[in-house]
Amino acid sequence: MPGHFEPLPGGGAAVALDEVEISIIRSLAVQLLELIGPGPGGDVSDDPLAELFAEGPSEPPSDPVLKRLFPDAYSGPDGEAGSPEQAEEQRAYSSEFRRFTENDLRAGKRETALAVIHSLDALAAAGKGGAVLKLTPGESKQWLTALNDLRLAIGSRLDVVDEEDTDILYRLPDEDPRKPMVMAYLWLGGLQETLVETLMP
Amino acid sequence: MGRVTAPAPLETEKTESAEEVFAVPEPDVPWVTIVHNDPVNLMSYVTYVFQSYFGYSKDKATKLMMDVHHKGRAVVSSGTREEMERDVQAMHGYGLWATLQHDRN
Repeated sequence: MPGHFEPLPGGGAAVALDEVEISIIRSLAVQLLELIGPGPGGDVSDDPLAELFAEGPSEPPSDPVLKRLFPDAYSGPDGEAGSPEQAEEQRAYSSEFRRFTENDLRAGKRETALAVIHSLDALAAAGKGGAVLKLTPGESKQWLTALNDLRLAIGSRLDVVDEEDTDILYRLPDEDPRKPMVMAYLWLGGLQETLVETLMP
Repeated sequence: MGRVTAPAPLETEKTESAEEVFAVPEPDVPWVTIVHNDPVNLMSYVTYVFQSYFGYSKDKATKLMMDVHHKGRAVVSSGTREEMERDVQAMHGYGLWATLQHDRN
């Protein structure tokens, strides 16, 4: 079925992808990789220990996509801080959390995006035109997270901040410049939805 | 525990607690991990994450997901600050929007 994962007997999932679909997912995954960046020690690879102990950033990223992928840990959307002192404390805790977790989180997201690229490249090398992508249960989990990251990234670029925004996107006229991105967003949503179903215990 | 008369250790405890009062104002208040609503994350995916990361039953995971969806947020776990930081980091890894805070209830 086009755009739908189906469970494989014995575990794992499969989906038929054509050439265009393969190149769309691949290009989005590459863009996400570039946005996430090479990580600490990207330039200085001489000392592996330096990389091991490298601290992450303490300020939230300025790019809205990265801000959504790596949100503050101590202050939610409802701005619950009762006083300026509390807000200051939340900011301090959030930046400490960021210093010790963001590098690992970035590494994890790079890994899942790379896993997607690798499986698509293996597929493209196997045959011209299109093919059936078969994932092991382990690969399915990586794809699931990566598809979610891609949708978060596109959703953020499309300014999807509440449910109404999604409704508006569904009804965009064909000539709207956002239309292709919206089509990709919805299509990836279908892929992710059907992939989750194959993994549900 | 009842009253115990133990003069010698009492004195050392006194000096310790004087420092602790300064460092830890609310030692007994647990922390909670909160997941916030997000129009991008699929309901099925959020349920899946609650089941696979926390090991919750399908019913419990679905109920928490519906709370996130309808109330805008749900407390998904509670414990020490370190434990909650671990859970929040894991949620961010899955792409869910999570924060931790003192449990005020």
